Amino acid sequence: MLDALVQIFSLIFSVNFILTVITASTPLLLAASGELVVERSGVLNLGIEGMMIMGAACGFAGAFMSGSTLIGALCGIVAGAALSAVFAFLTLGLAVNQVAAGLALTILGVGLSGLIGAGFVGEQIVQAPRLYLPILTDLPVIGRILIGEDAFVYFSIALIIAIWLFLYRTRAGLVLRAVGDNHTSAHALGYPVLNIRMLAVLFGGGCAGLGGAFLSLAYTPFFIPGMTAGRGWIALALVVFSSWRPGRLVIGAYLFGAVSILGLALQPLQLGVPQQLMNSLPYLATVIVLVLISRTRGTAGSAAPASLGLVFVPDR
Amino acid sequence: MQLVLEKRAERSTFIAVASPLIAITLTLVTMAILFAILGKNPIAALIVYFIDPLTDSYSLQELVVKATPLVMIAVGLSLCYIANIWNIGAEGQFIIGAVCGSWLAVRTNGTDAGFWVLPAMLFLGALGGALYALIPAICRVYFGASEILTSLMLVYVADLFEDYLVRGPWRDPNGLNFPTTADFDPVATVPTLIEGGRLHAGSIIALVVVMLATVLLGRMIMGFEIRLVGAAPRAARFSGFNADRLVIFTFAVSGALAGLAGIIEVAGPIGHLQPNISPGYGFTAIIVAFLGRLNPVGILIAGLFLALTFIGGEEAQISMKVPLDLTKVFQGILLFYVLACDSLIVYRIRLLRTVGKPVPAHA
Repeated sequence: MLDALVQIFSLIFSVNFILTVITASTPLLLAASGELVVERSGVLNLGIEGMMIMGAACGFAGAFMSGSTLIGALCGIVAGAALSAVFAFLTLGLAVNQVAAGLALTILGVGLSGLIGAGFVGEQIVQAPRLYLPILTDLPVIGRILIGEDAFVYFSIALIIAIWLFLYRTRAGLVLRAVGDNHTSAHALGYPVLNIRMLAVLFGGGCAGLGGAFLSLAYTPFFIPGMTAGRGWIALALVVFSSWRPGRLVIGAYLFGAVSILGLALQPLQLGVPQQLMNSLPYLATVIVLVLISRTRGTAGSAAPASLGLVFVPDR
Repeated sequence: MQLVLEKRAERSTFIAVASPLIAITLTLVTMAILFAILGKNPIAALIVYFIDPLTDSYSLQELVVKATPLVMIAVGLSLCYIANIWNIGAEGQFIIGAVCGSWLAVRTNGTDAGFWVLPAMLFLGALGGALYALIPAICRVYFGASEILTSLMLVYVADLFEDYLVRGPWRDPNGLNFPTTADFDPVATVPTLIEGGRLHAGSIIALVVVMLATVLLGRMIMGFEIRLVGAAPRAARFSGFNADRLVIFTFAVSGALAGLAGIIEVAGPIGHLQPNISPGYGFTAIIVAFLGRLNPVGILIAGLFLALTFIGGEEAQISMKVPLDLTKVFQGILLFYVLACDSLIVYRIRLLRTVGKPVPAHA
């Protein structure tokens, strides 16, 4: 028993494990960052899973045909944003229920990605390159962790800092939060509620697409149908976990990333626990975390944007 | 040009009836375009998809077999959705129902247990599905956790749990290492309705479910409560209806129906427990519920229609070499059109010419 614990601990604090945690957390962070902005504007887009898998399929297709990771990533962003445009048209243009439209987006995205990705299954691309600075990257421990990642990882951190600056330090961010907290008042003040929300939804779609593209460009250099495996839904839970705050979102993404690969990492230790139980850890953890976070917050003092998920039809 | 929604003075009854038909027509047009892009003859493809399955007895039976779980799950889900409660984890409740019912089949396998086995299995299936659905319901009522996310997360857990059982403790020792349980005994199998055919007694249960749901929604106080909480939550609160109790009730009922569908599927068409017992029935049922306009009889028709897409998709894959994922694309597009058309029941669309300044309001 003690022996096993020692083994687990030495594993968790190894450089390799930390590196895998960063890789596992990055797609969650990218997708959740986008959704954070979307939800702050008052829109609940449940279609992240669909946009991510489309990003993975189109990102891979783009990278495979062009031979460039950058073009692949751009394809992923465009695919996610395009899918979210359909969602925006339905929920903002036609005032459709956001929950139902989000589900439709996921079903459509999963199907379309299978269709697009079918021709690329079994193919392989060159994995996204990792940063290498002579001397610095060779530093023990922190060298590889801090100065040896791929561009996606650095971008995801830069993105969430930019979102924080935007939301709390710019006028536009203030307007976006106002729209999310009370669309009627924002409308009365003359802000174009639906246009602001549409931009937010498109941004969120792009982020989800990029998170998906990370999976097929950097996480593994190939595309498998259904490779997002519920990460889009976990990203949604992360936004709740973060209380809609960028700082907590980073912590949450890395915690979930760690939990999600714990099962895989502990596999060689032969702990006698069924692999399926290990694989269900991220989902079980999500449920437990949602319960705990919602409980401590109480029902009345919810941190959610007040207009989240509500239909808004401007009166003229 | 700007697209503006205007609330209708009254709900349009014409569009309420026509909306599913408009949605299906639009979907077919979109599909024809998709087929053309894929380099297939659109007309021929649509015939393979939607007409051919209706022309022989085998696929007609298969149609009903596939519609059975869809209708049962969708009826349960519609109760939730009418009340604005979001159970999207029916796929997991379906799997857990199948597992709970199969437990008895596995335990009694090879013994000379009597005719009681199958009814007991169906009961266990419904019970298992209901209890599994109560997890997200309780998480929402007592802890305020979003039922959307928890119910969906539990789908993955259920799937992995079932995978563990059929690869581990329940694996058939004489099964050549395939990850399945032994075939169920005849007393643990849902009987077929036609000698040597595919049609089974589960379809009758689905019809009974549709009738019971019609009575519940139209004639009983609980049904009224469900509709009231969905249509006017504030009024429901003032009149003293307990919304929490409704969450528990609708989740339990929808979970029980999904679980029942699961054990019927396993004890009927499949005949043993194995991985991947569902081609996504729990998710497709969401579309069925909306296409059927959250009405039990509508759901019955919508269930048959979506079952057609499963069978047509398989046929098209074999005869026209189109990817099976096209079925999911089709289902996703259909749901989009259904939702969009439903919006037209309440709203009217106006196209406005924007000339730089807002149009003065005529009130």
